Amino acid sequence: MIELVNISKSFEGKQILKDINIKFAKGKCNLIIGQSGSGKTVLMKTLVGLHSPDTGEVLFGGRIFNKMTIEQQIDVRKEMGMVFQAGALFDSMNIEENVMFPIRMFQKSSRGKMLDKVNLCLDRVNLKGVNKMMPSELSGGMRKRVAIARAIAADPKYLFCDEPNSGLDPQTSILIDDLISDITHELNITTIINTHDMNSVVEIGENIIYLHQGQLWWQGDKKNVLNTDNKELNDFIFCTALTKKIKENNDKK
Amino acid sequence: MRMLKNFFMEFGAYLLLMKEAFKKPQNMHIFKRKMIYEMQVLGVDSIPIVCVISIFIGAAVVIQMILNLQNPIYPSWIYGFASRKALILEFSPTVISLILAGKCASMIASELGSQRISEQIDAMEVMGVNTASYLILPKIFACLLFFPLLIVLSIFIGLIGGGFGGMANGLSAFHYVEGIRLEFTTYDVVYAMIKTGVNALIISTIASYRGYTMKGGSVEVGIQSTKAVVQSSVVIMIINLLMTNLFF
Repeated sequence: MIELVNISKSFEGKQILKDINIKFAKGKCNLIIGQSGSGKTVLMKTLVGLHSPDTGEVLFGGRIFNKMTIEQQIDVRKEMGMVFQAGALFDSMNIEENVMFPIRMFQKSSRGKMLDKVNLCLDRVNLKGVNKMMPSELSGGMRKRVAIARAIAADPKYLFCDEPNSGLDPQTSILIDDLISDITHELNITTIINTHDMNSVVEIGENIIYLHQGQLWWQGDKKNVLNTDNKELNDFIFCTALTKKIKENNDKK
Repeated sequence: MRMLKNFFMEFGAYLLLMKEAFKKPQNMHIFKRKMIYEMQVLGVDSIPIVCVISIFIGAAVVIQMILNLQNPIYPSWIYGFASRKALILEFSPTVISLILAGKCASMIASELGSQRISEQIDAMEVMGVNTASYLILPKIFACLLFFPLLIVLSIFIGLIGGGFGGMANGLSAFHYVEGIRLEFTTYDVVYAMIKTGVNALIISTIASYRGYTMKGGSVEVGIQSTKAVVQSSVVIMIINLLMTNLFF
């Protein structure tokens, strides 16, 4: 389990995160939603240690991550996998080397075993025959899937996904959502996803956190996210013509 | 005052980054492989430009010597002797280092900067990689090991170019070679190698600092690459002056 206790963060005097307390459950898809600029990415970067909080604690399984030494943080980070918004694949390496990177860096096993693991991970994200291709030769959806394969290659306990659906068509988005959800349950890991995608919210949101102006505004799950009285959350969810119409129809019924 | 404060802040950040970069590599096998790769792109790929510049400058140096030292009291070996001194002590270790600063510093800064803005460095950090050591240390070692070889090559090619330039202007090959061999001291070569090592350290660390700490977008890649070249060139010249005073 990951826990945030009284987390605040500001940049150049502007407060981005205000006194945030959240628990992210193990074995579930935890979704962080909110408008652009609400602090989602800062929150995720604070979670993984790319930003250090001004106040508060980030706990991984009871260990205070932000107060550890760099060496101790590195040990915790070996338990993490992260999917970045643009994939962040290493462009000087082919797909096989990208996925193999975290295994080769920290695990002592034969090349054959590492290759088996790479193929298993690529197979898991439904990618075959791309081992020798370069990241620039792949489509956006394929790159995201490679990023997921790389994130799960070292058997992480914690999986972080920063807007995994951004820039993808709806069908590919659903594929990515299902993939992340399946992996979370199969491996029983703590998954945290930053997203704008309402389809992800209603499909895989087992624990949904709504951030508004840097504050934790609402917390619930996919069953009650559509029926909440929270005005800001409703404004966020039902902002498009389509979702407004669906809401009106549901209200009439 | 503000500039001075910024300078010390940047210098402090540079030293802290180097402290991280010089930590023991997490995986020695990967480090060795990366270092060989960096030797290829920073060293071997620089051989053509080093050869071209050395042969022409070597020839130009000897031609200038012949044109400016035309006096019956000067012995004929003076041209070879003076050219050797100029090439070993100044031209090869300093001017070629400036050329390498232009080629390698911009390459290192733009490579690391692109990795920074595309979140590749963040991705490695989240995996638990000491990115400073993984990305920067192989580049520093590759420069430290390969630049001296480039400078030896540059001296050799420069002297050959000087021979061609001299013979084209009436200097006999015998007198030129005699001048090159006259009172040869290994101290000059040792000095040139020490200076090259210092220059390699300057180029690789300043460029790595510029690229690694980059913030912003693609425009910043160009700005920081230019800064890497300018700053490493200026520092090379300052250190060159200090070392010349110190060693001679």
